[in-house]
Amino acid sequence: MANFNGYLIISAILFSIGTIGVLTRKNSIVIFMCIELMLNAVNLTFITFSRYLGNLDGQIFVFFIMTVAAAEAAVGLALIIAFYNNKDTIDVDEVQLMKW
Amino acid sequence: MFDNVWLIPILPFIGFLINGLFGKKIKNETVIGTIAAGAVFGSFIVSCMTLYKLLSLGSEERLAEVKFFSWITSGTFNADVAFLIDPLSCIMIMIVSGVGFLIHLYSIAYMHGEEGFYRYFAYLNLFTFSMFLLVLGNNLLLMFVGWEGVGLCSYLLIGYYFHKKSAGDAGKKAFVMNRVGDFGFLLGLFTLFWYMGSTHNVWTITFSEMAKTSHLLPTGGVVTVITLCFFLGATGKSAQIPLYTWLPDAMEGPTPVSALIHAATMVTAGVYMIARMNYLFIRSPETLTVIAVIGACTALFAATIGTAQNDIKRVLAYSTVSQLGYMFLAMGVGAFGAGVFHLMTHAFFKACLFLGSGAVIHSMHGALHHAHSHDDAQDMRNMGGLKSKMPITFATFLLATIAIAGIPGFSGFFSKDEILWQAFSNPHHGSLNILLWGMGAIAAGLTAFYMFRLVFMTFFGECRITPKAKDHLHESPLVIVIPLIVLAGLSVVGGYIGIPKVIGEVLGGIPNYFEHYLDPVFKYSEEYMSVHGAHGGIHNIALEWGLMGTSVLIAIIGITVAYALYVSNTGIPVKFVAAFPALHRAVYNKWYIDELYDFMIVNPCKSFSQFLWKGFDVIVIDGAVNGVAKSVMALSGVFRLMQTGLLSNYAWSMAFGVVVMLSYFILK
Repeated sequence: MANFNGYLIISAILFSIGTIGVLTRKNSIVIFMCIELMLNAVNLTFITFSRYLGNLDGQIFVFFIMTVAAAEAAVGLALIIAFYNNKDTIDVDEVQLMKW
Repeated sequence: MFDNVWLIPILPFIGFLINGLFGKKIKNETVIGTIAAGAVFGSFIVSCMTLYKLLSLGSEERLAEVKFFSWITSGTFNADVAFLIDPLSCIMIMIVSGVGFLIHLYSIAYMHGEEGFYRYFAYLNLFTFSMFLLVLGNNLLLMFVGWEGVGLCSYLLIGYYFHKKSAGDAGKKAFVMNRVGDFGFLLGLFTLFWYMGSTHNVWTITFSEMAKTSHLLPTGGVVTVITLCFFLGATGKSAQIPLYTWLPDAMEGPTPVSALIHAATMVTAGVYMIARMNYLFIRSPETLTVIAVIGACTALFAATIGTAQNDIKRVLAYSTVSQLGYMFLAMGVGAFGAGVFHLMTHAFFKACLFLGSGAVIHSMHGALHHAHSHDDAQDMRNMGGLKSKMPITFATFLLATIAIAGIPGFSGFFSKDEILWQAFSNPHHGSLNILLWGMGAIAAGLTAFYMFRLVFMTFFGECRITPKAKDHLHESPLVIVIPLIVLAGLSVVGGYIGIPKVIGEVLGGIPNYFEHYLDPVFKYSEEYMSVHGAHGGIHNIALEWGLMGTSVLIAIIGITVAYALYVSNTGIPVKFVAAFPALHRAVYNKWYIDELYDFMIVNPCKSFSQFLWKGFDVIVIDGAVNGVAKSVMALSGVFRLMQTGLLSNYAWSMAFGVVVMLSYFILK
């Protein structure tokens, strides 16, 4: 039982680190990596519960998430490059074209 | 039997369509005038044939309904487009088509060179069509269509010279006042229909069926309400107190229009309506009293105003109001036949008078125009001495004036005297009868006075326009003179078809053809009165002769006074005015009735409308609509500040939201 708790605690810590990173950092690549961190924290939770409940559904979800994350990485990095080409920076505070 | 009766209204309608749609292209006045007058002449021919056929039937069979198609059918309710042919409607179509044709003919010359010549004739034909619908319709709804149609045409023709503000205002006034009356007409219709349907399961508005079922109505009560509503409609259309003020203003229209619509035909629609539904009115003594009193008051009141007017057409307008008062007096005393008889004779002599005045105005206008004078062509103070310049107009005008004044031997005498005698002797109003007769007799004297005042001021004495203009005065062309002669002839002899009984007996037993002819129409009223009329009225031949003599004497006094004041001692009226300035001012200004109405009704209405516009509509309605939009704008002005465009802000608010939601679910 303690084993499962350990996994879940690590997952929670990873998720919190990712969240704080998204909230506090300005560098868009760092924010991007933090999002990946959050996704993988969730993956870890899925796996843990899958084992715990003896049900494969969680693992299937993980595959989906990894696929989506890969696609997201491709799109996200492309956006960041385009952004850098225009603004010569990747600071997210510079992106406020949609401001009121 | 009456298969071709549909032609009567359709011919003028076709004329209206041709002139209304293509008149602007046709341009040729002769063609337009011929189409319009020809259409009405066709109606006149068919009307004559209809009358002839009707007369060939026995007196009891003189009622036919010609159905064309079902108009509205809903459950047990049914309204057809169908015509009712009976003695009353036949008289009306004869007047409308006969007098109407003469006036169309006259108009061709009178309106020569006017802008919108085709428009005038299109309206005139449309009017004739509507009037035929009104008098021929066999049910109240079809009558109402005609009733509204003539009101519309009246409005259009009063406002014919619409570039003049006064003409436009007069048209609006006529229309609005008529709307008040129409409202009464509709209320009466609804009340009658609802009452008969809900209490007796008789869902009908057809005149012949209403006559047969009228015995189901109890005397007084609901029938009083119904008939008073209908009478309100009649006061609007027929210019009675309290809704008469539009008619004098309606003189802004062309003079032939005044002759046709505002003297001979449309304004008598109210009288026709009451005569048509006599079986309802006879069942309500209260309504009859109201009608008689209003009729007598209008006759007297309008006559007093007529004595001080200087505009030739206005005198005739008040005279018309006054004569219509006589007709309503006749209706109110149950003398329906006498009222319709007066309607007919009045159509002859008043149309003649109006057309005569039109000829005078036309001639005056031309003369003043030649002399470059800006004097008013309608003001009698500018006229005088036209006798020698326009002999035929003068002769016809004089004959019609004698007829309206009630001199024995002329048509007006027979009809007016019959009304006065019935007012005195009828069994309906008890002691009120003497008052009614007295008012009628005084009004007759005033009528004789103001009509001869008009004749003396216009045709006698010295000509008061400049000599230069005087040379241009001339007799009117033939097309104008012929209708005058025909109408003057009818004004003289038209009365002999309805000689009152007492005179007829002296003359060797000549019956009152007109009254016998109309008997079938009023038989339900006769039956009702023979059962319910306990008093039976007064039958005293000596008294009748006496009253007749009195009314003739009063008329002769009126004429003598007019002669004394306006021919032999022309200084007296001026002195009289100087002696009683207040009285003269009051009469000259029509007893300030228009001002009173303005003060009591028009201005409060205007202020209230102003309040509704500026106060309610602008502030409340617009304020609410604009307020909603403004508050949304103000709120969004605040909330849009949340759109900072900064990623971290969005991320923080998202995280905050998640935390709030999670804590809610966990702590629940």
